[in-house]
Amino acid sequence: MRSDRQTSASPALKIAAGLGLAFLHVPLLLIFVYAFTTEEKSYQWPPPGLTLKWFAVTWGRPDVWEALTLSVQVASVSTAIALVLGTLCAAAVSQSRFFGREAISLLVILPIALPGIITGIALRSAFNLAEIPFSFWTIVLGHATFCVVVVYNNAVARFRRMSGSLIEASMDLGADGFQTFRYVILPNIGTALLAGGMLAFALSFDEVIVTTFTAGQQATLPIWMLEELVRPRQRPVTNVVAMVVVLVTFLPILAAFYLTRDGDQIAGSGK
Amino acid sequence: MTHAVQFSKVSRHFGAVRAVDSVDLEIRPGEFFAMLGPSGSGKTTCLRLIAGFEQPTSGHIEIFGETAEGVPPYRRNVNTVFQDYALFPHLNVRDNVAYGLMIRGVNKAERAKRAEAALALVKMPGYGDRRPGQLSGGQRQRVALARALVNEPRVLLLDEPLGALDLKLREQMQEELKSLQRALGITFVFVTHDQGEALSMADRVAVFNEGRIIQIGAPEEIYRRPRTRFVADFVGSSNVLSPALTASLGGPPKWASLRPEDVRLDPAGLNEATVVATNYLGSVTRVTLDTFGGRLSALVASTAELPVPGTRLRFSFSTSDLHLIEDEA
Amino acid sequence: MSAPGAILPGRGGAGGALSDTFWRHPKLLLFLMLTPPLLWLGIIYLGSLFALLLQSFYSIDEFSGMVNREFTFKTYGELGNPANVDIIVRTVTMAALVTVASAIVAFPIAYYAARYARGRWKAVFYLGIMLPLWSSYLVKIYAWKLILAKEGIVSWAFEKLGMTWLMEAWLALPVVGGSSLSISSTGTFLVFVYVWLPFMILPMQASLERVPSSLIEASADLGAGPGRTFRHVILPLALPGVVAGSIFTFSLTLGDYIIPQIIGSSRLFIGQAVYAHQGTAGNIPLAAAFTVVPIVIMGVYLWMARRAGAFNAL
Repeated sequence: MRSDRQTSASPALKIAAGLGLAFLHVPLLLIFVYAFTTEEKSYQWPPPGLTLKWFAVTWGRPDVWEALTLSVQVASVSTAIALVLGTLCAAAVSQSRFFGREAISLLVILPIALPGIITGIALRSAFNLAEIPFSFWTIVLGHATFCVVVVYNNAVARFRRMSGSLIEASMDLGADGFQTFRYVILPNIGTALLAGGMLAFALSFDEVIVTTFTAGQQATLPIWMLEELVRPRQRPVTNVVAMVVVLVTFLPILAAFYLTRDGDQIAGSGK
Repeated sequence: MTHAVQFSKVSRHFGAVRAVDSVDLEIRPGEFFAMLGPSGSGKTTCLRLIAGFEQPTSGHIEIFGETAEGVPPYRRNVNTVFQDYALFPHLNVRDNVAYGLMIRGVNKAERAKRAEAALALVKMPGYGDRRPGQLSGGQRQRVALARALVNEPRVLLLDEPLGALDLKLREQMQEELKSLQRALGITFVFVTHDQGEALSMADRVAVFNEGRIIQIGAPEEIYRRPRTRFVADFVGSSNVLSPALTASLGGPPKWASLRPEDVRLDPAGLNEATVVATNYLGSVTRVTLDTFGGRLSALVASTAELPVPGTRLRFSFSTSDLHLIEDEA
Repeated sequence: MSAPGAILPGRGGAGGALSDTFWRHPKLLLFLMLTPPLLWLGIIYLGSLFALLLQSFYSIDEFSGMVNREFTFKTYGELGNPANVDIIVRTVTMAALVTVASAIVAFPIAYYAARYARGRWKAVFYLGIMLPLWSSYLVKIYAWKLILAKEGIVSWAFEKLGMTWLMEAWLALPVVGGSSLSISSTGTFLVFVYVWLPFMILPMQASLERVPSSLIEASADLGAGPGRTFRHVILPLALPGVVAGSIFTFSLTLGDYIIPQIIGSSRLFIGQAVYAHQGTAGNIPLAAAFTVVPIVIMGVYLWMARRAGAFNAL
């Protein structure tokens, strides 16, 4: 923004912004430190010593691996379902004009707009009513329900930017519907789908509230962590798991960022 | 003779709106055919009916003798140059041009060869590796043209192809399109709202209004002998004379059209007028005259001394240039 | 050589036939595309939502513990009990405080990121906000459990600064205090602010970015100094973003039951009340009634926000 350049940010603003960012990140970084502490029984600061042994201990814990595996499986399947359903919805909403279009947009957003506890209870009572026992698939259904919106938003935004005449041009040149989808539509929305998929994966991987209602006896990683928060078993192991989770979610977010950014946005360039 | 395109009482309704209203049309093979009219006149819808993006509500369409309605666009041997060019942003120029060939299963080497030939035809050789985003508007338009032509369609459709170009480029493209069409011999059908474009490029022009064709004919015919007031108004800036004015100039009391360039400022002329205004247009000047029956424009060469507003003068014209309009529509 | 026909044969096979069918009947394709997601969301999700809300009009028989499926307002009446009112008031107050605090902390970050960050710094700020946003919710809570623990870094810092007396005085206060930071409303407050902060920053940044430079220049052109320009031009235009962010912080706080459980006193919030009642107590009607409270509050809030134009910032 040109006029802002003359008066660059006041030191007070810079400090406040910097402190704010620090406030956001320091707690996460502290976990990293705690993962190395030798102290076993409490959350003592400063850590009395540093060690790598907890990584090995965590590696050997079967319940951690079970929870991790379940989380990855649930996230993968939910993301796959969300990709298909979200893209279908986005394609329908953005390509055609039909009665109830607005209502559908609202409906898709609902699972993520309402507090998780409501979605959780609603789904649980639905499963009870239909007498479906809790299983892997009930967890997946719960996750897919709110993962759809993440994919939907990304896909709709990209569909809107895609010119409609591209599809006509493709058909004009001899490609039927399926070929047009494969050669024109998919390449143009591909990165948006990838970004949406990654965000959906991260969302599902981290979800705990709806999962507690739909999981029955099983434990995903967040449920495992919740248990540890309420009734700690081996604190250092929890620290290590926490650190690993932070690192693992770091990557898809970074990737999604590079896939969907549109070049720099400068303030004031809006109308 | 099989027509390239034949419409028999073709209508396209959108609910209550009659975009195309019972249109009969015959386009001859190998001709450069223009569809001219204001926005909403139905010309673009007709083009889309030929391409297959619209289906007629009623009526019969034939392309080179074969039934076209009900046939999807990807099965018609007809290609379109879109108004916004519609180049695929994720493909480079060569892959864009070769897209139709790729769909048809032509192998890679052959595709590259034919794409390069098509690009040479539109004077863009060697641009194969560029991306559409790197091209200017005029260049994109040529690529769109190459992409359509490489498939050797029986009919080429152009949807307001020159609208986004500046004047110089537009005139250049008009010449190129015309010579290209002559060289290839393919039937070109193009849609425009610019009457100057239609008149300069086309072999025949169809003037549309409100979903119907008002007049079809060679450019000269449309220009000199407009069938209705609308055509006279729309095509060229003509003098449209009310019955009173026509009568005062010695003709019958009917609507008539008289081209400004056919009005001569002649001291020996039979008609009197006062000069209202002069507009310098470069090589010609438009002189607005006030006569007893009404106003009239004359177009004179800018070489002579230009009359000053307020002076009285005399003018004349040939009665054969005064064209009576039969239809008041 | 005869010219190829004007109409070509199709691709043939099932693919070709299917393609032609969909082209001829686009509504069919639309129907097929929408039915699976709509079926799931519309019938199952919406259906169970309504079933849940419907339950708030039932009541529970105190003696048998069974749900009495007769339409009644008795359960809503129970919400008026002093204990329940307490819960509601506590939650709403916390939500309000959290919203205000996050707005204050978020503003400098959003303002700097929107109007001064350029090029590489823009990406730094963007990632700097995105990464905590998408980091694991539980890990964030866990981090604060570590920080606020009696032996954790906050106590250590106070001790090093010789200010332990201050912390203990604060903890001795009623309502906001507790036996330790992690078992106090102050702790709950801090964690709420921390976890929802990115949700407040993003809409703020978006609406600040949209303030056209020409308006700021016009204000300067008309003689206003930077301070007045800020108060009279930038702040009002940023307000929709603030409101949008507040929607998130408010609604997320109203429904949350995990944060107060892990870091907080034993006094309940709405989310915990819902959880408790639908659990072993089996008092679904009351749980449902409690659920309706945040929905209604947010409904009113959203309606007011919409009138203030906040949805443009989303």
